[in-house]
Amino acid sequence: MEKSIVICTICPIGCSMEVIEDRSSDSGYLVKGNSCNRGIDYAIAEVTNPTRILTSTVRLNNAGLRRLPVRTDKPVPKNLMLACMKVINSVEVDTPIEIGTVIIENILSTGANVIASRTV
Amino acid sequence: MYECDIAVIGGGPAGLAAAIEAKKHGAGKVLLIDRDIELGGILQQCVHNGFGLHIFREELTGTEYAERFIKELKDLGIEYKLDTMVLSITQEKVISMVNKTEGIVNIRARAVILAMGCRERTRGALNIPGTRPSGIFTAGTAQRFINKEGYMVGRNVVILGSGDIGMIMARRLTLEGARVRVVAEALPYPGGLVRNVVQCLNDFDIPLLLNHTIVDIKGKDRIEGVIIAEVDENRKPIDGRARYYECDTLLLSVGLIPENELSKGIGVKLDPVTGGPVVNESMETTVKGIFACGNVVHVHDIVDYVTEESRKAGRSAALFVNEKGGEWGTPISTRPGNGIRYIVPHLIREDKVGHSVDLFMRVDKIFTDKKLVVKSGDTVIRVIKKAYMRPGEMERISIAADSLKAADNLPLTVDVE
Ligand SMILES: Cc1cc2nc3c(=O)[nH]c(=O)nc-3n(C[C@H](O)[C@H](O)[C@H](O)COP(=O)(O)OP(=O)(O)OC[C@H]3O[C@@H](n4cnc5c(N)ncnc54)[C@H](O)[C@@H]3O)c2cc1C
Ligand code: SF4
Repeated sequence: MEKSIVICTICPIGCSMEVIEDRSSDSGYLVKGNSCNRGIDYAIAEVTNPTRILTSTVRLNNAGLRRLPVRTDKPVPKNLMLACMKVINSVEVDTPIEIGTVIIENILSTGANVIASRTV
Repeated sequence: MYECDIAVIGGGPAGLAAAIEAKKHGAGKVLLIDRDIELGGILQQCVHNGFGLHIFREELTGTEYAERFIKELKDLGIEYKLDTMVLSITQEKVISMVNKTEGIVNIRARAVILAMGCRERTRGALNIPGTRPSGIFTAGTAQRFINKEGYMVGRNVVILGSGDIGMIMARRLTLEGARVRVVAEALPYPGGLVRNVVQCLNDFDIPLLLNHTIVDIKGKDRIEGVIIAEVDENRKPIDGRARYYECDTLLLSVGLIPENELSKGIGVKLDPVTGGPVVNESMETTVKGIFACGNVVHVHDIVDYVTEESRKAGRSAALFVNEKGGEWGTPISTRPGNGIRYIVPHLIREDKVGHSVDLFMRVDKIFTDKKLVVKSGDTVIRVIKKAYMRPGEMERISIAADSLKAADNLPLTVDVE
């Protein structure tokens, strides 16, 4: 049986949970070690499809500031973060840029856009 | 001499929120001063998300959080001076500052809000033995280099200290292609938030060595490596439990110190534990008409609390210049009891509280299944059950004004029981 350990990040307690594959339950998993119910969905998402908001910077031309901060507007699969970074680091932008402007559309077909997180 | 109603020193989240709130509460001329070339303070180098969950119910990056307040400040027409360093402030509220275009300028204010933030503890404050090569940065300096100046600090990195900034930089460096070999923490638990341990270290398989510290630094011009040793419960290195790690860069994430040179110059009383001014329920220091908020008062881990506290300082300063602040009277003092390191505010004037007053505090170690007990003299006025408390996370307790009325001017203590 598949078994993984997941640390919950929803609240500061940070319960250490065991997630065990369990065909007999609705979700397909049995979660142990969570101190409250919120941990269960989190734990299952972490073993089935862990995602993160990716934040970084891109090269900025013609401004005092050399990097423009950017982020994905939706969480992207955790295992694609480094691949997304390659794409982000291949981009250069010029000022002026408005906060929220799409810098990279649908990065690696994840459905997430990379947007500017400040105005320059 | 140029005059204003309220001068705000520092344009980070604290100064921005205080200036905005003061203006909204009827202060006439508000002037904000910052030595940096842009507003936003430390937030402008925080490109990561996790800001604003309490205030906006959204997860913003530091830059996005700052931009909302900067826009509001500009929309309200609040005046600000950038690239201007405040040199001194007198008890009479004459502020002396310097910049490239005007030279030294003196301004008289009717009220002052101190919002200078904090600075990072450096190697000197830590006494790590070994050589003094280049390649050693505080985590915040490295963050500024990478995120604003686009300059990569190194390729093979060791991080000392598991504060949030250090962990966030571990992730940032890894994403940019560096190898973060290890994060060493002298305490038996991580300094920063659990969320950062998971999303910044575990996600990238970066080892966190608890109960470990750096005992030696090697290298002549550039750092070549460090020796990391296991420590005992008194934080003394254990013989024979050390290992050499090769690296070209060492980041220090070993704490922040409130920036209070100016406060000392004015003569406001400082709390030796927080390193920041002693303040009352209105965020007023021990010098009348001088207020303080944000990291200059005590180090906050969540920017939302900085904003809340600073709004209060802004409101109080506006009341003060409109002569509605009232006399000091005899305040109730707050006292950290068992297991509590400090409490802010230090003084509470019962008649100025409104509905309730929030006490902010930090515990001195990890506690599970305990209670925070608030007492006035021997009378218990509030008990809060806590499944888990840690020094890295600030605790907040709200005290109703009614329970202070019964308090009879006795000191208010908080104990972990
Ligand atoms: C690196 C780092 C990462 C963080 N990450 C998070 C996070 O993920 N989530 C979260 O909620 N919080 C985070 N925080 C906490 C939060 O950002 C801080 O608590 C907040 O920025 C403090 O605001 P402040 O206005 O008090 O100080 P600051 O932002 O430091 O602003 C102080 C300002 O005062 C100016 N100043 C100082 N002295 C003078 C002088 N003599 N004359 C003129 N100007 C002066 C400085 O230039 C600066 O702009 C982080 C903090 C740091 C340091
Ligand atoms: S399971 Fe519940 S109590 Fe445990 S960390 Fe997650 S949210 Fe907090």
